[in-house]
Amino acid sequence: MPQQAAAPTAPPADDIWLKCPGCREIAFRKEVERNLNVCLKCGHHFRLTVEQRLAITLDRGTWRELFADLAGGDPLNFTDSRTYPERLAAARRSAGRHDAIVVGTGAIEAHPTALAIMDFNFMGGSMGIVVGHKLARLIDFARTHHLPVIVFAASGGARMQEGALALMQMARVATALGRLRDARLPYIAVACDPTTGGVAASFASLGDLNLAEPGAVIGFAGRRVIEQTTNQQLPDDFQTAEFLLKHGMLDTIVPRAAMRHTFALLLDLLAPPVRPVRQRSARPRRSSSPKAD
Amino acid sequence: MARRGPLKVAAAATEGLAPIARVRLARDPSRPQTQDYIDGLVSDFIELHGDRRFADDPAIIGGVGRWAGRPVMVVGHQRGRSTAERLRRNFGKPHPEGYRKAARLFTLADRFRLPLITFVDTQGAEPGVGAEERGQAEAIAANLELMARLEVPVIVAVIGEGGSGGALALGVGNVVLMQENACYSVITPEGCAAILWRESGPDKVAEAAAALRLAAPDLLRLGVIDEIVAEPPGGAQRDPAAAIATLGAAVTRHLSRLERLAPARLRQARERRFAAIGAPFLSSIA
Ligand SMILES: [Zn+2]
Repeated sequence: MPQQAAAPTAPPADDIWLKCPGCREIAFRKEVERNLNVCLKCGHHFRLTVEQRLAITLDRGTWRELFADLAGGDPLNFTDSRTYPERLAAARRSAGRHDAIVVGTGAIEAHPTALAIMDFNFMGGSMGIVVGHKLARLIDFARTHHLPVIVFAASGGARMQEGALALMQMARVATALGRLRDARLPYIAVACDPTTGGVAASFASLGDLNLAEPGAVIGFAGRRVIEQTTNQQLPDDFQTAEFLLKHGMLDTIVPRAAMRHTFALLLDLLAPPVRPVRQRSARPRRSSSPKAD
Repeated sequence: MARRGPLKVAAAATEGLAPIARVRLARDPSRPQTQDYIDGLVSDFIELHGDRRFADDPAIIGGVGRWAGRPVMVVGHQRGRSTAERLRRNFGKPHPEGYRKAARLFTLADRFRLPLITFVDTQGAEPGVGAEERGQAEAIAANLELMARLEVPVIVAVIGEGGSGGALALGVGNVVLMQENACYSVITPEGCAAILWRESGPDKVAEAAAALRLAAPDLLRLGVIDEIVAEPPGGAQRDPAAAIATLGAAVTRHLSRLERLAPARLRQARERRFAAIGAPFLSSIA
């Protein structure tokens, strides 16, 4: 379940024009950007940068990043055509962060939330030790502070260069989510394009609610691997959000323009902002409780 | 079958073998498989079938029985040996229904306080249209969380190829044992070579096998596994009875230790085990 090669998601920044992969039409880049990077003609959702995602999701000025200084090394001393430290250094330079995820807290229509956003541009959003540990720490932080958790997944899977240590992060994050669930704090997973491999087979599928953006590719095995091993012609919508919805794997597909308000509604419905501690003390004391006597 | 004394890991033999040679040994169909360990080590075994949702997946077998006298739940991948059996079992590559059968048995184990012993032996989860339609990713993910929260001892034995998420879905244990010539990896060496080197020749596959650190001594050093279980000289397939007895003794030793822990403590210890993986390789950069 490796990361796929990071496909260039956007043409050069100085490009005025943009060709939509959805409808093949040429559009004004600025116009598309003003429309949350959604094609005005066909509704194709372009991939967002972490910064764009933060800007359209959170109430202005509420973002507080956590564990930003956490970085990884090269535990396997891994080399293919380049060394892993070289690959990491290049990714860090172009992304301006240490690894493929950003975590923190912020408010969504005044709902305090713990938020994680994966960076597909950083080595295909692949999950290694840093991604696993930052996510798990965020989830633990949310539990301690009674916050709901929202994760925007965008990843080709586990990071090959960290071997089995990367694989184990799938279990690491699932473990933290188990405790969050026990605390009855909502976890909303949002599958963005693409969400595959070990990330799909871990936290991205473990939401109390599993949402996705329209058209996002979501799946366990790579499309090419399946084509090669089965010799089957795959349906056009194979492993799209719409395919997963049809097969019962998603709660709902949410267009980008509606995402923020959908979060606010869901959080209102699932977790009215009352701290569990206060809720408990409001109930009549149980005589069986040793402290109540 | 468990007549002989346990084998000791011969450090020199363990260190000497090239990683790709270990991969070949791990995949050898004559190597003892889950069913052989059950036959040799579990008495009164009753196989339990089906996920109650879709089908019974022969790539995973599981059931209840006695391990050195105590009731246990046993679940493992089964690759099969003859061509017919391998086809029937899909070469040990489970579909979602296999993982959901496993999940059902994990839940039963928890409810009836049965220690859980799992055998990991798969190239990976099935990549296919049906598997994707029925939620392969969700099935694996759900098992990770479920195994993490079990309040019984969970002992995992990697006895062949531990292939990525399809292996880990049976692999969240308090203790993870690994046979000397088993391997455990985020991706097959073939898959890794194809993606990173864009080549599928034997040289690059061998290089990928080495780069991935998928052999037991590396994984012990990295903190992914807890103990290496010795195999007979030349590999488990040379003397299956000895390999089975040795692994059995290691499992029993950990079982005796873990069954003294309180249920909540077992879950907590497992959580801490996985929380610690990779932590030594983190640093803070301002
Ligand atoms: Zn378009």
